[in-house]
Amino acid sequence: MARYHVSATVNGDEVDFLCEPEQTLLDVLRDELHLTGTKEGCASGDCGACSVMLDGRLVCSCLVMGAEAGDCSIETIEGMAEGERLHPLQQKFLDYAALQCGYCTPGLLVAAKALLERSPDPTEIETRYWLAGNLCRCTGYDKIIRAVLDTAAEMRGE
Amino acid sequence: MSAAEDLGYREKPHELKWVGTNVARTDGVDKVTGRARFGADLIMPGMLFGAVLRSPHAHARINGIDTSKAEAVKGVKAVITRKDFEDQPSEMIQVGELTVNIRDVIRNVLAREKAMYDGHAVAAVAATSASIARKALKLIDVDYEVLPHVIDVVEAMKPDAPLLNEDQFTDGVDPKPDRPSNVAKRLEIKLGDVEKGFAEADVVIEREYKTRPVHQGYIEPHACVASYTEDGQGEVWCSTPGHFLVRAITSRLCGIEVSKLKVTASEIGGGFGGKNIVYLEPLALALSRKCGRPVKIAMHRNEVFRATGPTSGSHMKVKIGARHDGKITAGWAELMFQAGAFPGSPVFPAAMCAYACYDLENVLVIGYDVVANRPKTTAYRAPGAQISAFAVESAMDEMARELGIDPVDLRLMNAAKEGTKAAYGPTFGPVGQVETLQAIKNHPNYNVPLGPNQGRGVASGFWFNIGGETSVTMNVNDDGTIALTVGNPDLSGTRTSISVMAAEELGIEPERIRPAVGDTTSLGFNFISAGSRTTFAVGKATVEVARVVIDELRARAAATWNIPVEAVVWEDGHARPASSNAGDFEPLSLEDIARDAKKTGGPIAGHVETNVSGAGPSFATEAVDIEVDPETGHIKILSFTAAQDAGKAIQPNLVEGQYQGAAVQGIGWALNEEYIYDEQGRMENPGFLDYRMPVASDLPMIDAVIVEVPNPNHPYGVRGIGETSIVPVMAAVANALDDATGVRVQELPLSPPRVLKALNEKNGNRLG
Ligand code: FES
Ligand code: FES
Repeated sequence: MARYHVSATVNGDEVDFLCEPEQTLLDVLRDELHLTGTKEGCASGDCGACSVMLDGRLVCSCLVMGAEAGDCSIETIEGMAEGERLHPLQQKFLDYAALQCGYCTPGLLVAAKALLERSPDPTEIETRYWLAGNLCRCTGYDKIIRAVLDTAAEMRGE
Repeated sequence: MSAAEDLGYREKPHELKWVGTNVARTDGVDKVTGRARFGADLIMPGMLFGAVLRSPHAHARINGIDTSKAEAVKGVKAVITRKDFEDQPSEMIQVGELTVNIRDVIRNVLAREKAMYDGHAVAAVAATSASIARKALKLIDVDYEVLPHVIDVVEAMKPDAPLLNEDQFTDGVDPKPDRPSNVAKRLEIKLGDVEKGFAEADVVIEREYKTRPVHQGYIEPHACVASYTEDGQGEVWCSTPGHFLVRAITSRLCGIEVSKLKVTASEIGGGFGGKNIVYLEPLALALSRKCGRPVKIAMHRNEVFRATGPTSGSHMKVKIGARHDGKITAGWAELMFQAGAFPGSPVFPAAMCAYACYDLENVLVIGYDVVANRPKTTAYRAPGAQISAFAVESAMDEMARELGIDPVDLRLMNAAKEGTKAAYGPTFGPVGQVETLQAIKNHPNYNVPLGPNQGRGVASGFWFNIGGETSVTMNVNDDGTIALTVGNPDLSGTRTSISVMAAEELGIEPERIRPAVGDTTSLGFNFISAGSRTTFAVGKATVEVARVVIDELRARAAATWNIPVEAVVWEDGHARPASSNAGDFEPLSLEDIARDAKKTGGPIAGHVETNVSGAGPSFATEAVDIEVDPETGHIKILSFTAAQDAGKAIQPNLVEGQYQGAAVQGIGWALNEEYIYDEQGRMENPGFLDYRMPVASDLPMIDAVIVEVPNPNHPYGVRGIGETSIVPVMAAVANALDDATGVRVQELPLSPPRVLKALNEKNGNRLG
């Protein structure tokens, strides 16, 4: 099958990959670039496990074709911590036990970070609706919501 | 008696340092950075991609399979069908809380004579890319002869129903029936004399209930990588709660010796019982054997819904009798459970648990295990108990209303307690049912005033806890740190809870213990992570192994000091002389002893292989406040309070997380989740869009109340806590609906159309 040559930026690094027309960005990240932190839960845009940032926009990478990512800047969970320093959301998820199996966690962290970037002081309801596209079957969301709200407070310096 | 032999609960002589605190998860950083490797995350050199062809028919004889066109596709390296597996004899094996027949297991892994349900695996392909594998699947020609099918449990029980298995005669009836039937088994749980009990009753409530199959809904689809080499050695990497079970079944189905198969458990992205069985691993291994290259297979969500899980749908009848003063005189139930395509629904635990929350003299529960053309059911969090609880706890609520007694008080008056003889056999030791009821009664949520269209429901639940085969190894490293190897995959932080118990025993900081889940070559056999057993059973074995290691550390100190070992005690991470009579020696720390281990006898380690017993059951009581929209029938959850007995919470935040997660799974089951089939018996909603699980915006915070009535048979009092909190939920919500509207709905889910219809019927408007 003919494959396209695509150049993009992933977590600040320039990358090149070959991709089949039917491969999604999620397939490319996982199978071609071996960035397996981004997860597949449904491949249909319904679970958010594959959440990444594409040119500053939160997307389900399973709904973006790999070939569409050409010249785009992509941020994944692998780029969230800075060196040894966890992002405050990552630290709060640990402090609050906001993960059990951890499979939904990368997608939730990426989505929560996108929330805090546009809304530094979200309400509980706003947080719940923003994260409504990210399924978690383990936690019942309670500790996730608390972790996000507390991170927001901490990042505001409260 | 050595310290290791006494593993009962002790009031601790000193303050617990680590047990009961929240300690950083040892797998935490990997899981928040994307490093943790789950089933589909392993990439091996030369790896191929596998895909599975699935039946589009609910029931069809397979007259032939032609794979030649698929094999001819460039990039296709192997195709397998039923011909690639030898058949298995009928033999029961234990899988989690359930037993399965290995003859059925091989048929479920890959269809033989017939496809038994929509989604049943029929063939598999390995190719150099996922797209080639998918393309090849389309070229496999299967000659299906479509047969009549049956989905509903009551339909399946009828004498003229389409038969799934012509050789199946109902077990448990005497004399043996002369005709085959879809009813695989009839069973009874009996205590006292229900007829006598009903004769003593002033009030009798008799009702029927229905539930639909629901899926465990873990977010990680099943996935594995298998590799088979020319010397006959196999390796499997997979997402499983029990890699020893995967080894047992995969080696058996593939006809290789157990020693030739090494299975490594990946991190597991949720299971809730749904991964307690094997689907993909034998297929991947057989494909790898055929082409000599590693093969990865990961299910699509559509396959997860159509071919794995779910739990049973059911039809239930319940009859409860009570005196005016609130004393329950008899409890009766008839439970008809869909097993899916092969026998083995959780009707037995459902029957055992049905009345286990109560101290009753007269109980009779009859269960039927019924096959139907649906995926073979697997365990789902407290398998079966949630289903029978929906029925019994709904009827209990009606009884409370009828008697004019508060529902918590009615349950308190009849609560199971120490000394209660349960209908399923045992006499309870110390249990926490009364305490969970009191916790709910005293909780602020239970006393908030309700507004219009709002209602409050309460229900209780019971689930067992199991021990089982467990192997643990503890190695003392030369710097005094500890490598702890357990054989149970960690779904929720169990690794950390287990090392917390080891830290408490050894008297060192938990950070100095590195727990790992070993592969099948590194330990003796381990029963799977199921039945809420991991923290209880592996924890108990770990306490035992820590005490073995402590004895060795004492012996090394004794040798160093040249005094008898009995004169050395272990305290706070140090060996000390037991008294001044023993001599005057500076205490030796774990580091000191480890550093000099070479001089005192070599490496220090301990290992324990045991069949853990002494599991303590766990009760829960939950209360929910809801608001019903009379226009749409939509139910909004206003508050939810889950009180469950943990025995002892090793890490309270992880225990709360279990209660909260279980509660929300139950809320999904109560409000939305169900398998929907079309007339051809095909699942109509095999995706997260149409199979609607709870999302963050559906929910309030979930209040978890940890009740602690120590289990006398665990050194820290631990009970397994992973499951019970799902048990009461569906009934609690249905009870709240009645409270809010006066409408009693006896069928799940309580979805808007069903609720609206019930509201309209009550109001005399039959148009809804
Ligand atoms: S995998 Fe992309 S939304 Fe589920
Ligand atoms: S932690 Fe398991 S799905 Fe969210």
